[in-house]
Amino acid sequence: MTEPAGPSDTTAARRLDGNAAAGALADLFAVDVTTARSRCPSCGKTSMLGAHHLYADAPALVLRCPHCTDVVLRYATQQGRILLDLRARLLTIPAPAPANESNGA
Amino acid sequence: MSVLSRGFRRGRSQERSDGRLPPGQYDAGDGFPVLSAGPTPSTPLDRWDLTVHDETGERHRWSWEEFRVLPREAVSVDIHCVTTWSKFDTRWEGVSLDTLLQDAPTTARFVLAGSDGGYTTNLPLDDVTGGRAWVVDTYDGRPLAPEHGGPARLLVPHLYFWKSAKWVRRLTLLPHDRPGFWETFGYHNHGDPWLEQRYSGD
Amino acid sequence: MAGTALQRRLTWLTAQVRDNRSESPSVHRLVLDVPGWPGHRAGQHVVVRLTAEDGYTAQRSYSLASPPEEPDLHLLVARLDGGEVSPYLTDELRADDQVELRGPIGGFFVWSAAADRRDAQEGRRPVQLVAGGSGVAPFAAMLDHHRRTGSPTRLRLLYSASTQEEILARDVLGPETTVTLTRGVPAGWSGEAGRIDADMLRRRTFPPDEDPRIFVCGATMFAEAVSSSLLDLGHSPSSIRIERYGSSGEPS
Repeated sequence: MTEPAGPSDTTAARRLDGNAAAGALADLFAVDVTTARSRCPSCGKTSMLGAHHLYADAPALVLRCPHCTDVVLRYATQQGRILLDLRARLLTIPAPAPANESNGA
Repeated sequence: MSVLSRGFRRGRSQERSDGRLPPGQYDAGDGFPVLSAGPTPSTPLDRWDLTVHDETGERHRWSWEEFRVLPREAVSVDIHCVTTWSKFDTRWEGVSLDTLLQDAPTTARFVLAGSDGGYTTNLPLDDVTGGRAWVVDTYDGRPLAPEHGGPARLLVPHLYFWKSAKWVRRLTLLPHDRPGFWETFGYHNHGDPWLEQRYSGD
Repeated sequence: MAGTALQRRLTWLTAQVRDNRSESPSVHRLVLDVPGWPGHRAGQHVVVRLTAEDGYTAQRSYSLASPPEEPDLHLLVARLDGGEVSPYLTDELRADDQVELRGPIGGFFVWSAAADRRDAQEGRRPVQLVAGGSGVAPFAAMLDHHRRTGSPTRLRLLYSASTQEEILARDVLGPETTVTLTRGVPAGWSGEAGRIDADMLRRRTFPPDEDPRIFVCGATMFAEAVSSSLLDLGHSPSSIRIERYGSSGEPS
């Protein structure tokens, strides 16, 4: 656990959930990855990507482990290319349905 | 085949005519955007130190009190962030890297700055000596706020601002270059805003 | 996660603006018709993409404020002065304009009446919603979904708004909702006043011994404060789901 930051900490005020990264990550993964499970390379704990901590205002999206705050994933688009630094030890993503099927949710 | 959004334009197009705005940048005016890739660390001043290392180990260590009595300089500089904002005439105070690195080994050609929270950035020694880089602990006459890198950050204003590591604690002198947090992620190794060195390959 | 074994590929869809109306002094309601929309669950969000004539694009995420039963998609967009996207969406966009969007996104911060019917044990747990400002948007979808499906799940909302004029989604707020106003209350106000704290949570939300499923949505500092008060009251961390929103380094 990290120490809760004081109310004057505007960096803490802008921390988001991994949920908010799913739209951008769909460029690469084709599906919503909020329910993908990711094992932290540092502390080894597994959490849903949607529950990770997201820092979205740096030059790239930086996803951090909600348990130890270590970097799990970096993602950026630069000049027509996508950069992915996937440090998660194991990422388990629900598979997409065949293209002609809706999930009917 | 994207849908055009009638009347939508890129925001923030303030320009300057005095030649002080590097290509692709805009003038952030009075704003001072905060960009962060992680939580803001908080190291109490009585546990804070600044160290200079080389490959064989620690060469210097200053506690907060010792750092505060080193020879100080006041600088007023323009800063340029790779996310395209620039800010003009920013005023800082701190210690020149010429002072902190004055007995660097002759084999050293690069510096890797390391921060609380794990951030790193690499710089050629030639870019941080000769009055071009400082470790600063005040901004605009006041102690540097944590969100802007306090208690102390690197200031290397002639390069993109990611090189000016917030919360700096360690300067490691190296004979070979070792890319840092953004430099290993597609950002330019040198980062000169006037050459628009944003991404590797620019 | 049961029931999420397969999911749809996310592609950009073209939405037609049906209506763009003022919801409060600082928030607009965008009503969108999206041909090919695959359906969503209450609590999910979409990404909206704008493209300028010079090819510049900007994307922002917005929660869906309308329930799955409603064919149009509703977004509640707060205008951030000096922003790039939100003033365009609130002030420039008109009926018959088009925007692109991608979704639905988010399998974590959702509530569905059908899921509660399938999982009776989970369905017996009440649902507690806690919103700050425009963070009420996903809960507007949940409340409307709850009403339209006649769901037996017990559900409450504690909603913090700055002023009476800034209360959003009034048409779906019913007796399950407690509103607290943080910047002064009008004469005759019968709701709460002041920021949500542990004491207000104790009085106005399901207690820990009812084992509620708790959803918190608001600006990051709001969400942090509420969730830490909930933990202090004895709720378990695994029962609390948080959706934070915040402007990034630049205004939206």
